[in-house]
Amino acid sequence: MGSGTMNATFGYVPVILLAALATYATRIGGYLIVRRFERLPPRLMAALDAVPAAVLSTLVAPALITGGRDAAIAIVVAFLAGFRLAPVPMLLLGWAVVMGLRQIGF
Amino acid sequence: MTDTAAHEFWRGARKALPAILSACPFGALFGALAVDNGLSISEAMLMSATVFAGASQMVGIELFGQKVQPWLIVLSIFAVNFRMVLYSASIARHIAHFSRAQKAFGLFLLTDPHYAETERRADATGRVRFPWFLGYGIGLYVPWQIATALGAVFAGLIGNPAAIGLDVLLPIYFLSLVMGFRQRRNWLPVVATASVVSVLALKVVGSPWHVSIGAVVGMVLAACLPLPAEEKDSAISKDHRN
Repeated sequence: MGSGTMNATFGYVPVILLAALATYATRIGGYLIVRRFERLPPRLMAALDAVPAAVLSTLVAPALITGGRDAAIAIVVAFLAGFRLAPVPMLLLGWAVVMGLRQIGF
Repeated sequence: MTDTAAHEFWRGARKALPAILSACPFGALFGALAVDNGLSISEAMLMSATVFAGASQMVGIELFGQKVQPWLIVLSIFAVNFRMVLYSASIARHIAHFSRAQKAFGLFLLTDPHYAETERRADATGRVRFPWFLGYGIGLYVPWQIATALGAVFAGLIGNPAAIGLDVLLPIYFLSLVMGFRQRRNWLPVVATASVVSVLALKVVGSPWHVSIGAVVGMVLAACLPLPAEEKDSAISKDHRN
C-alpha cells in the first residue's frame, strides 16, 4: 500500500479539507445537476438508489471474518435485531453481546 | 432577522432534537475513535466542522488508521456521501426560492435527517422557508461539534478499545445505517451481494479495494434487476421534477 496518509508538516489536515470539499460537492451536486437535466435514466437511478446499502455493507461484512468470532456473533445478532430495533438500541445490544461473550471467555 | 424568521429558525432547531439525541453519541464516538486512530484533537474537530457527515467521518478515520492512500480516503468519503447528491436533487424544488448564498450555505448543512425533515416540512406546509432550513441545520451542527470535542478530549481515558467493546461499535453502527435503507427496492440482494463480494475481494485483492469492488458490484446488480412499474417507490426518487 506504500505511502501513508501522514504529511510531515500538515498531518491529516490536507486530506480532511479535500474530503470536506468532496462532501460539499455531493451536497450541492444534485441541486446543480437537476437544474440541467430533465431526468436521470431509470437504471442509473436504480444504481444510485443502491449506493448506501452497497457501500455500507462492504464496511460491515469484512468485520465478520476479521473481527474475531465474538464480534461476528454480535454483528449477526445485531443484524437480526435490526429488523425490529432502532439504531441506538441495536448498537447497545451488539455491544452487550460482545461484552458478554468476552466476559465468559468465549 | 425579523421575529417570524427567528421563530421559524427555532422551530427548525427544535425539530432537530431527535436527530441530536441519536447523533451525539456517534459524534462523541467519532471524536474518541479519531484520536484512537492517530488524529489530534484539533484534527478531529476540524473534520467534524468541515465534513459534518457522520458515517463518512467514521469511514475516513477507519482508513486513516489503515494508512490508506489519501486519494482513496477522499474517494471513499465521497462514495459514502454520494447519496447526498440524490438528496440535494430531490429537495431542489423546495429550496429554489432561496437566494444563491442561502442555497450555498444551507446545503453545506444537509444531512440524512435534515433531508428527511425537509421533505416532510414541504409536504406539511407546502414550502420550506430558509430560517427553518437553517435552524434545523445549525441545530444539528453545533451539538455535533460539541460531542466530537468531548469524545476527542476524553478518548485518552479509554484504554484498550476491545476490552470495553469499542471495536464492534463501528461495524454495528454501519450495519444500523444499512438497516435504515431496508425499505428500498432490492435492498436484500444488494446487501448480500455487496457483502459477499467485498469479503471475497478482501481475500483476493486486499484492503481497501474491497470497498469499491463490493459497492460497484452491488450497484450494477441493482441496475440490472427489473425496474419498478412506477418508479416513485423509494424515498429518494420520489421527486417530481418541476
